[in-house]
Amino acid sequence: MTIPALTVTHLSRLFNVSAPWLNRVIERKPKAYLRAVDDISFSVPSGGCLSLVGESGCGKSTVARLVTGLYTPTNGQMQFANGKNGKPLAAQMIFQDPYASLNPRWRVFDIIAEPLRELKLRETDAEITERVGELLTTVGLAPRDGRKFPHEFSGGQRQRISIARALATEPEFLVCDEPTSALDVSVQAQILNLMRRLQDEMGLTYLFISHDMSVVRHMSDQIAVMYLGRIVEQAATEVLFANPKHPYTQLLLETIPNVTDPKRDREVQSGEVPSPMKPPSGCTFHPRCPQADARCAAERPEMQAYSDGSRVACHRVAETMAALAVPLVGERRLSA
Amino acid sequence: MTVNPSSPSLFARTRQSDLWYSFTRQRSAVFAAVLLAVLIISAFTAPLYAPQNPFDPAQLELWNAEIPPIWLEGGQWPYLLGTDTQGRDILSAILYGSRISILIGIASVVFALLIGIGSGLAAGYYGGFVENALMRVGDILLSIPTILIAILVSAIVRELLPPALRDVGAAGVLVLAIVLSGWVQYARTVRAQTAVERRKEYVQAAQLLKVPARRIMFSHILPNTLTPILVAATLNFGMAILTEATLSFLGIGMPPSQPSLGTLIRLGNQFLFSGMWWIVLFPVLQLCLLVVSVNLLGDWLRDALNPKLR
Repeated sequence: MTIPALTVTHLSRLFNVSAPWLNRVIERKPKAYLRAVDDISFSVPSGGCLSLVGESGCGKSTVARLVTGLYTPTNGQMQFANGKNGKPLAAQMIFQDPYASLNPRWRVFDIIAEPLRELKLRETDAEITERVGELLTTVGLAPRDGRKFPHEFSGGQRQRISIARALATEPEFLVCDEPTSALDVSVQAQILNLMRRLQDEMGLTYLFISHDMSVVRHMSDQIAVMYLGRIVEQAATEVLFANPKHPYTQLLLETIPNVTDPKRDREVQSGEVPSPMKPPSGCTFHPRCPQADARCAAERPEMQAYSDGSRVACHRVAETMAALAVPLVGERRLSA
Repeated sequence: MTVNPSSPSLFARTRQSDLWYSFTRQRSAVFAAVLLAVLIISAFTAPLYAPQNPFDPAQLELWNAEIPPIWLEGGQWPYLLGTDTQGRDILSAILYGSRISILIGIASVVFALLIGIGSGLAAGYYGGFVENALMRVGDILLSIPTILIAILVSAIVRELLPPALRDVGAAGVLVLAIVLSGWVQYARTVRAQTAVERRKEYVQAAQLLKVPARRIMFSHILPNTLTPILVAATLNFGMAILTEATLSFLGIGMPPSQPSLGTLIRLGNQFLFSGMWWIVLFPVLQLCLLVVSVNLLGDWLRDALNPKLR
């Protein structure tokens, strides 16, 4: 694999969710913290696509905002590789909600021109107009659409505008925070194909965040499964879909609807994600895990690499596949 | 923001907008707008045609005093609405007085808007200590009745000003007194809306581009908070005129040498029982028309800009 565009090591983020000072004093409550991201490490291959998947509230979006710098990490490091211009890459972002990510009072032209003006990428008004037209064409809209307001577009078109705005900064690294979850299925495919095409044409690197396993399968080279702020399994896409090891990954794959066999016999596991305010002891997945035992409740499993390139944090997998375990070395160690 | 060169002009867009359509369909709004326009224009062009300058003692003649309106017996040209006990033409006094009332109303709304929007944006955007400090100051001001604040301020400032400046500074004192209690409402509205908007993704997109906070507040967030502010400002313009009139009526507003509508009502009030009803009635009518037209316009604006009533 090539040099990683982004290497993240032991990244954590705590949120202070305490009640206001006066309430704490009166009700004698301690300060409360929410551990949204808990000691995660991964690397995104340059020109590739790493997907983070998991249920709502598992910390995916927090990772996205940490990587782009909207949040500051509580702990850990993020290392961006140098871009074409020799400076470290800066991440741009495509947001989840195409209705909230475009300022409703601004014309599309001004929305896309803002990065150009702000980062002084184009000098004159004529150059800006030309570049905005170019960007609109790239994402499949017409230059004259710049005159309109965001509310004149459909969700899919808005997401195209959002992509055009992100592309205006000439980024090499894009963080996509569930870019298709607000769109209906036929439009999702269009947007995903657009993003794939742009990746091929411009050599973009994606950190893709989603809860939709089929979308992730279409987009990514590597998948990292998150549960309650931790990565529980990371593997190449084919490996993960062919041979999911962590019980949680297996659960996620079970939830993908199957067109050919919609009534197939599924082992549906009940339960919801526990509150990240009070994460369960040991392996945080143990209350929902069908294979859990006393050790899972007591001891937090460490990340373990296996010979097929996957990394899993699970006691059961470690016990049954001990023969296939490989030490975490080199780049793999760094990204462990 | 520069707009794409081929966009329709502001005038064309106004003509096509929902707001203009709703305006033309609402008779009371059109009526109020026309009435308000007539009142404001007549007040500001008064020096061109008013029979006398009521502020200039040299133009007042005592033998013209106590003339009733022109349609009553004893009425005289050019004193259409009669004169007061000093020989001051009521119509001229009303026109000049409205000018002062309107100016004080506009000035206090503008200053209250500036302070309210500025502090509301800062409180909503930064949160934390800034928010607490600004909003608690506002809470304290809101817990005291407006009139009481105004009385306190005008009494204190009047004492601080040298006697020569007291009459000149009266308008400024009034504006200060009204602004002090008026900005809180704007600040609260803007703060609440800003706190919602700053979490939206378009603000995060701007933050990613390292757009300075001040520019994010004013060019991204502010336009999205303006709708309720516009309604509040219109209604408060009427309120400010009324507060000014109240203070002047209580004798702590505009001095008799530069009477506003409130001052005229106070002066005329003394002669109500001596049969000279015209001295007080016409300023009261003018004040009513002014405030009613502003409020009608504000009511229409509130409904027209409320998406739930469309």
